[in-house]
Amino acid sequence: MKLRPFRIVLILFTSLIPLALLAVLIFLGRYSWPAVTFNGWHFLAGHTWNLGNLYADPVKQRGVLAPIGANYGILVFVAGTLLTSTIALIIAVPISLGVAVFLAEGLRSRLRTPLSFVVELLAAVPSVVYGLWGYAVLTPLVAHTIGPGLRSVLGFIPFFSGAIGSGYGLLAASIVLALMVVPIIAATVRDALAQVPSETKEAAYALGATHFEVVRRAMLPAVRGNIIGACILGLGRALGETMAVLMVSGGALNYFPGNIYSPVTTMASFIVSQLDSAMQDPTGMAVRSLAEIALILFIISVLTNVIARLLTGTSRNASPA
Amino acid sequence: MPHPLKISRITRRKWLSGLGWGLAAASFVLVATPLLDILFTVVRKGMSALSLALFTQVTNGISGGLLNAITGTLVLVSGALIIAAPVGVLAGIYLSEFGRGRFGRTVRFLDDVLAGVPSIVLGYFSYVTLVIGLGWQFSVLAGSLTLAIMVVPYIARFTEISFMQVPGGLREAGYALGLREFTVIMRLALPLALPGILTGVLFAIAIALGETAPLIYTAGWSNFLWNGRLIHEPIGYLTYVIWSFINQPYRSAHALAFAAAFLVILMVLVINVGLNAALRRARPARAGQR
Repeated sequence: MKLRPFRIVLILFTSLIPLALLAVLIFLGRYSWPAVTFNGWHFLAGHTWNLGNLYADPVKQRGVLAPIGANYGILVFVAGTLLTSTIALIIAVPISLGVAVFLAEGLRSRLRTPLSFVVELLAAVPSVVYGLWGYAVLTPLVAHTIGPGLRSVLGFIPFFSGAIGSGYGLLAASIVLALMVVPIIAATVRDALAQVPSETKEAAYALGATHFEVVRRAMLPAVRGNIIGACILGLGRALGETMAVLMVSGGALNYFPGNIYSPVTTMASFIVSQLDSAMQDPTGMAVRSLAEIALILFIISVLTNVIARLLTGTSRNASPA
Repeated sequence: MPHPLKISRITRRKWLSGLGWGLAAASFVLVATPLLDILFTVVRKGMSALSLALFTQVTNGISGGLLNAITGTLVLVSGALIIAAPVGVLAGIYLSEFGRGRFGRTVRFLDDVLAGVPSIVLGYFSYVTLVIGLGWQFSVLAGSLTLAIMVVPYIARFTEISFMQVPGGLREAGYALGLREFTVIMRLALPLALPGILTGVLFAIAIALGETAPLIYTAGWSNFLWNGRLIHEPIGYLTYVIWSFINQPYRSAHALAFAAAFLVILMVLVINVGLNAALRRARPARAGQR
């Protein structure tokens, strides 16, 4: 192949995309490496985040300089991330499937476009505005209506009983995350449903199925791979979501949530909330440990995305908007 | 009536189907209601906080106006576009015109992966490399570069799709006339793909306008108007006002937060309505002749 200057320019610019990913991996890895060696596996297993004595002279521990008593364990935040994302998906998946079925099959074509726009708008609302709404509307609602209601129905399960508190916490964060994840799953599944071959539908109709039975028994099974892929894509979004969670989660430090109403902190929101105090650390070990959290989040997000793309097949069938 | 309690199988199936549709419609209502409430709350509280001073004064502690944040957001987003648009458009052209091979497939895949990286991770990456590593401190360039990395995947994807929709016959006609590759792509195909590319850029603007997490670590915050310096000088932006001022126990701070949210939501809404109209108008035309 003859290399023309135009193509070389195109290739150079195109390479910037993989290079950006590589740079994130390398620079976050390099910067957090002292923290990785200092923390070891305790980073993931420990549940206390303690900056140590910032006023005493730092000492050399495990080959690196760190404040006395410094201890970085993120198990609480890992638990917060997993809990909020899991509960969010438990809420969001059935609703998303309902929305997708409703938009793809339950409407005449004239209504389909404007109502689909509602779902697109849901995806367009900035994360921080979700947080603002969560702060102003959702947390009072959780404290006074949703929480007591949930407790009176499911209170026999320990996780749903106990003090409801201020409304800031696991439940509010999960609800906000669910709202942010629904448009991702619903749009992907709706597009997949629209591409189910008409032979599949007609065969089901020919067997005497009602319209809903066609959807339920023939179309949804046909797009099962897309549904799972979409859910993982939504999970990836929920795991890395920062601002909205930060604003409604209540920010728990060093203790695990006791019930679904307890305050939590996720890995992503912890990074934002901790920067100011981490910068007080003269050895920089706290900032490096935050970089280690970012590195772990990066790896998780890449993995979830790769799995989701493999499951949904070609990533190009869905429209980008 | 042979047996009053025994409902026929067909009736039961009809009822269950009806129930199924009811649940589907209910889930839509369950999702649409919060969206409407978000819009309603932000518009109501934001409108009541609107005043002329908002657009003429800078933030003073937790009161004053939003001029610094409005201009800051515009500066950061424009900076991001200046960086991201050429990269995204050229990458999209490559993917569409020459991206059949292994390199093209890999980039296409990684483009999707990059779009899925949490924005806080990109923000922290920039903090480590640009703000600390290169010593830029909180600055316009660090913020814009971070936003650019975030939106490049979308611009590339939109560009690729709109170039793919330019009919191959047009390119062949160009080559048959003896035109060079550069001329065929940039002079023949590009004008036809341009609306699609602009749609992608608009989409990128809507995303960049609403971002907060990556900017906290890169742009910082400033009460003052931008003085034109690219590095060593923090800059304000609207989304910072939303998340930071709502945590202050003062009425004026809350009013500013809602006013900022109103401005952000208004811009995002306008862009999305435009996008929706553009995409809908573009589809049948492309599917048709051209």
